[in-house]
Amino acid sequence: MVHLATPDRRASLRARPGFRERIDLPRRVVFVAAASMIGVVVLLLAFIAWQGLQLFLKDGIPITQIFSAEWQPDRMSGTVNFGLLPFIAGTIFVTVVALVISTPLSVGLALFLSEVAPQWAKAIVQPALEIFVGIPSVVWGWLGLTILVPFLSDTFQQGLVVSLPVLGEVFRAPGFRTGFSWLAGSLVLSIMILPTVTSVSYDAFRAVPQELRTGSLALGTTRWQAIRHILVPAALPGVLTAVVLGMTRAAGEALAVQMVIGSSPVFPRAITQPLSTLTSQITLEMGNTVFGEPWQDALWTMSLVLLVISITSVVLVRVINSRRIAL
Amino acid sequence: MSAGAPSIDRQAGPGRPSLHGKSSRGSMLADRVATAVLWGTGAFVLLLLGAIIVHFAMAAWGVVSPSFVLSDPSDSDLGGIFPLLWNSIYMLALTLMVSVPVGILGGIYMSEYAGDNAVTSAIRFAEEAISSVPSIVVGMFGLILFVDELHMGFTALGGALALTMFNLPLMTRLAEQALRAVPQDERSASLALGATKWQTIRHVVLPLAIPGLVTGVILTAGRVFGEAAVLLFTAGIGTPTHLNFGNLDITNPASPWSPFRPATTLSVYIYKLQSEGLGAYRNQIVDGSAALLIALVLIFNLGARFLGRVLTRRLTAA
Repeated sequence: MVHLATPDRRASLRARPGFRERIDLPRRVVFVAAASMIGVVVLLLAFIAWQGLQLFLKDGIPITQIFSAEWQPDRMSGTVNFGLLPFIAGTIFVTVVALVISTPLSVGLALFLSEVAPQWAKAIVQPALEIFVGIPSVVWGWLGLTILVPFLSDTFQQGLVVSLPVLGEVFRAPGFRTGFSWLAGSLVLSIMILPTVTSVSYDAFRAVPQELRTGSLALGTTRWQAIRHILVPAALPGVLTAVVLGMTRAAGEALAVQMVIGSSPVFPRAITQPLSTLTSQITLEMGNTVFGEPWQDALWTMSLVLLVISITSVVLVRVINSRRIAL
Repeated sequence: MSAGAPSIDRQAGPGRPSLHGKSSRGSMLADRVATAVLWGTGAFVLLLLGAIIVHFAMAAWGVVSPSFVLSDPSDSDLGGIFPLLWNSIYMLALTLMVSVPVGILGGIYMSEYAGDNAVTSAIRFAEEAISSVPSIVVGMFGLILFVDELHMGFTALGGALALTMFNLPLMTRLAEQALRAVPQDERSASLALGATKWQTIRHVVLPLAIPGLVTGVILTAGRVFGEAAVLLFTAGIGTPTHLNFGNLDITNPASPWSPFRPATTLSVYIYKLQSEGLGAYRNQIVDGSAALLIALVLIFNLGARFLGRVLTRRLTAA
C-alpha cells in the first residue's frame, strides 16, 4: 500500500490548480491595497527628508545652527539665523504640561469606565467621548480663543490670584496681558488628547484578567486597593502606550495650538507667556514664504523634526508592547 | 465594550466584620474617596460636553438659519457659508470615493490573507506610522507632491488625495476589525461547501461585515469633514466665490463640480476667519460655522450607530 502515496497518485485525487487559481487575482488586488500604505510612508519619508535637508545641503547652514535659540529667518532684517530650539522647546513644553493635566484625568476616566461605572453610566459617558473625538481641531481652537484665552487674561491679570505670594509673581510676568500662552495651549491640548488616552487605557484595563480582580478581592482588599496594587501595575504598559499616543497627538496638533499660544518665537520662560511650537510656526509662516528660499527650507526642516518625533513614538509604542507580552 | 465582565463590587462594607482592625477603616475611607473621584471624572466629561453644546447652541441662535446655510458670504452683512459647506461635502465625497474601496480591500487583505510574516508587520508599521504623522506634515507632503512636483496647484483633487493618505490607515483598520468580527464558522461552512476563498469572502464574509463597514465609513467621514491642517497647503485657503452649478464641465476650474479647482472647506474657513480677525460679523460667522460642524459630526456619529444597529438587525434576522 506504500506506493499509493506516490506524487502521481495524490495529484490525481485533487484537480490541478488552474490558471486563475495560480494567479489568484483577488489576493493580489487586496495585497496592493494594503501595501499601498507602505508606499505612502516611503514617499512621505523621502519627500520630507529631502526637503528638510535642503537647509543644510543647498543653503549651507551648519547643522549646529538649528540648535541655537535665535530665530531670524528674514533676509531683510540683516543677519539670518535659523535656530529651531525655541520651537522644539515650545513643542516639548506644551506637550508635557498637556500630558501632566490630561493623564490623571484620562486614566481616572478609564478606570471609572472599566471598574466603577454601572452600565447606564457607561452608556452615557462612552458616546460622549466619541463626540469629543469628532469635534474638529479648529473648533477646539476657536473655543480656546473665545473662551479660555479671555478667561485666563481676566482671571489671572487682576484680583485675587495676582496678590498671592508665588503664583502672583508667575501671573504678573510680562506677556500675560492677553492670555495667549503656553498654559492656554496645554489646556486646549489636554482636552483634545483626553479621548485618545482614555480609550487606550480603558482597553488596557479591560485586558487585565478577571481572576486578578477576584483574587485580590478574595484576599480582603477594597476595590481601590485592587486598582492601585493589582490593576494599575498589570495594565501599566497599556497605560504607557496611551500616554505616548497622547503625546504624539499633542506634539502634532497644529491649528488649535496656533490659535491660542500667541506665536512668539522666543525660548519660553514661564507657563504664562506666549510661545511658538514647530507646528504653529509652520502653519503661520508656510504661506508667507517662497518655495526654495532658506526661510521655507527651515520650515521643511521643522516638519522633518516632527516626522522624526512621530516615527520615534511609533517605535516606542512597539517596544513597550513587546515588553507587555514578556510580562 | 465587553459587557460580560462584571466590575468589582465593593467588598469591605461598613456592616462587615473587619479583618484588619484599624487599618481597614482607613483603606475603606480611601476606597470611598477614590470611588467619588472616579465618578467625578465621568461627571466632568459630561459637564464639559454639555457646556460646549449649550455654548454653541446659544452662539448659533440667531445666526444659523436656512439663509446662513444656503447663501454666499457677504462683506456687508452676516451672509452665509454655502460655498464652503459645498466644498466640504464635495471634498468628503471625493475622499471617500478613493479611501473607502482601497481601505476595504486593504482590510480584506489584513483580515483574510495576511500571514504572520515580515510583509504583514511592515504594513502594520506603515499603518501606525501614518496614523501618528501630524496632519500638518501630511499637508506639507501634499504640497510638495501634488502642488509642486505634479504641478497641479491648489486643487480639490490634491486635497482629497492628501486626506485619503491621511485616513487610509483608519479606514483599513476599521474594515479589518469589521471583517474579523465575522465568526470563523461562517468561513468554514462556506469553504466546506466547496466555495473558493474569494467566493467565501465575496458572498459570505463581506455581507456579514456590512454593519461594521458602514460604521467605519461614517466614522472616517466625520474625521475628514473636520480636518483642516491637511487642506491648508493642498486644497488652498482662499476667498469663496459664488458657485455656478449650471457649469457642468468638470475640467473647467470655474465649475463647482470640478476637482481641478481650489476648494476652501468650512473648517479651513473657520481657521482663515479667526486668523484674519476682520469683519464686524466674524465672531457670529465662526460661531455659526463651528456649531454647524459640531451638529454634522453629531449627526455622523449618531447616524453611524443607528445605521450599524439597523443593518445588524436586518442581516441577522434575515
